[in-house]
Amino acid sequence: MTQPTTLYDKLWNSHVVTTDEGGTSVLYIDLHLVHEVTSPQAFEGLRTAGRKVHAPAKTIAVPDHNVPTTADRLQVIKDPEGRLQLEMLESNCCDFGVPYIPMNDVRQGIVHIIGPEQGLTQPGKTIVCGDSHTSTHGALGALAFGIGTSEVEHVLATQTLVMKKAKNMRVVVDGKLPPGVTAKDLVLAIIGKMGTSGGTGHVIEFVGQAFTDLSMEGRMTVCNMTIEGGARAGLIAPDDKTFEYLKGRPYAPKGVAWEQAVAYWRTLKSDPDAAFDKEVHLAAEELVPYVTWGTSPEDALPITARVPDPKSFADPAKGAAAKRSLEYMDLKAGTPLDQIKVDKVFIGSCTNGRIEDMRAAAEVLKGRKVAPGVGVLIVPGSGLVKHQAEEEGLDEIFTAAGAEWREPGCSMCLGMNPDILKPGERCASTSNRNFEGRQGIGGRTHLVSPAMAAAAAITGHLTDVRKI
Amino acid sequence: MEKFKVLKAVAASLPLVNVDTDMIIPARFLKTIKRTGLGKSAFYAMRYDESGAERADFVLNNEPYRHAKILIAGDNFGCGSSREHAPWSLADFGLRCIIAPSFADIFYGNSFKNGILCITLPQADVDKLAAKASSGNTAGGEFTVDLESLTITAPDGGTVSFTLDGTKRTNLLQGLDDIGLTLQKVDKIASFEEKQRREQPWLTA
Ligand code: SF4
Repeated sequence: MTQPTTLYDKLWNSHVVTTDEGGTSVLYIDLHLVHEVTSPQAFEGLRTAGRKVHAPAKTIAVPDHNVPTTADRLQVIKDPEGRLQLEMLESNCCDFGVPYIPMNDVRQGIVHIIGPEQGLTQPGKTIVCGDSHTSTHGALGALAFGIGTSEVEHVLATQTLVMKKAKNMRVVVDGKLPPGVTAKDLVLAIIGKMGTSGGTGHVIEFVGQAFTDLSMEGRMTVCNMTIEGGARAGLIAPDDKTFEYLKGRPYAPKGVAWEQAVAYWRTLKSDPDAAFDKEVHLAAEELVPYVTWGTSPEDALPITARVPDPKSFADPAKGAAAKRSLEYMDLKAGTPLDQIKVDKVFIGSCTNGRIEDMRAAAEVLKGRKVAPGVGVLIVPGSGLVKHQAEEEGLDEIFTAAGAEWREPGCSMCLGMNPDILKPGERCASTSNRNFEGRQGIGGRTHLVSPAMAAAAAITGHLTDVRKI
Repeated sequence: MEKFKVLKAVAASLPLVNVDTDMIIPARFLKTIKRTGLGKSAFYAMRYDESGAERADFVLNNEPYRHAKILIAGDNFGCGSSREHAPWSLADFGLRCIIAPSFADIFYGNSFKNGILCITLPQADVDKLAAKASSGNTAGGEFTVDLESLTITAPDGGTVSFTLDGTKRTNLLQGLDDIGLTLQKVDKIASFEEKQRREQPWLTA
């Protein structure tokens, strides 16, 4: 009998080109996504060494991190360095024959939104990008992880990576999520439980009804934040929902090829008695909406909780980190989380910039007004998400409530384009990182779901969305 | 890549857990199209105040630690983003070796690609080295990191051994170029592609 294997084992094994005695493998990469920030030095490296791109057709580039989200962005990009990176991406793609989606194309958007949207992301593929949130694509049963620029150059030159296999980890959440509790709350609860290094050295498979019940968008939110738990890749076994989502998308297989692909995709699951090196269990029924209070994604608590006391941490290093966080966040231990006032609300990013996220925000904002003094930025993850939202009239709900509706891009997820927090400003954000300075120097971030972000927009403070 | 055999240098202690890549190099400095020049922005928020002046309480702003080539860090160092700008900035600052109880996976891999040796040691050993780097008569003395013998020798002569993956060690010792090595296997890559075309035709259809 053959050894039972996990989904990760199967994906890994089917892409090994060769393995040396030390256990280091050359792994074949089926899809390489490229953006403007982590690629210029890689293309430069190719140029210097006189190398070409091995498989341009398995590569696609799109600008997202630097792009402004205002309507005038096609006319002017004021920041000269950002503009240079955008121009470099275009010229590098042109020089090396890499397919490129320009900013004025309706398909432009955050690289992790457009992969699944275009049907490029498929079960069974290996997918990399010079961006840690490449883990997003694991929601469709692809082995997808972020790489550094040297590895971007390596993949461009060879269509492979040199690496060792990671360990297997499983996060099991059985049962049904209660009403008002979303994929974002689920993943924040998981990271709160396992910690930001709980998944280091592992690939996580998410198993259980809580995940199978999720829409594809929700699954992407969960896998997106796998890296916040330290694991480079997260996986959800593909099922009918996955196939339904992919069918008819521009790059999805068609006709006979589609039938062949689906037959293969159905085999992509862990064997019943496959072994995992590490497991984490949560009960879906016990979950509530979550928020973060500190400067690490593991600083997540139910909205019904209070800001913790650094002295209450058993581990002194964590206590010291909590103390530093509270100083940075300007919060006092014991403050109820739902009394924390916000200056800004950001709804978007590769975590929560998909159509379902826009709908969730609109549902809360419909017929309501943004609290005085609160600035609300709603940024679709791609031009196609924007188009769909406008078809459904969501943009009108947003602007009627007093929110700003923008062009697609990474926006306020990271302080790299014009959408940034001012020092000291506090933001309820649907993005994935609350690191010091992540959304701008001195900015303070509370991670929440789109519905919770919309609720905070209305009340002006972090709010339990189930109460409004 | 520069070879790494023996490094003799001052070590600085930065005992914070979860030092993330935004702390190592904030996003606004990622707009460069070069690998060099980021050293002055490493640890920006911890290193400089609002006016851009150096903060006296940050270890790398003080003698002799501003010449440190070794950093003794806290658990889960380098968590967060895949930005290779993080190791680029550390390398450009002059760091060649980081010692910590654990590293985030992507940062770890990126560092080796830039000639930075990351050494994982139990917390107790890291604490001991950190104490020797920053207090008593060993403070500010030179440590020796020897990649051939896999040892760290403190200024007082005390030695700690470490382990490292064989491939990583060889590549660093010899300063090998990963891409060049993989391109020697181009036939194997071609036959993999051939097999994939046969077995999974929808990938190329
Ligand atoms: S939205 Fe944020 S996390 Fe996602 S790719 Fe852009 S910057 Fe990275």
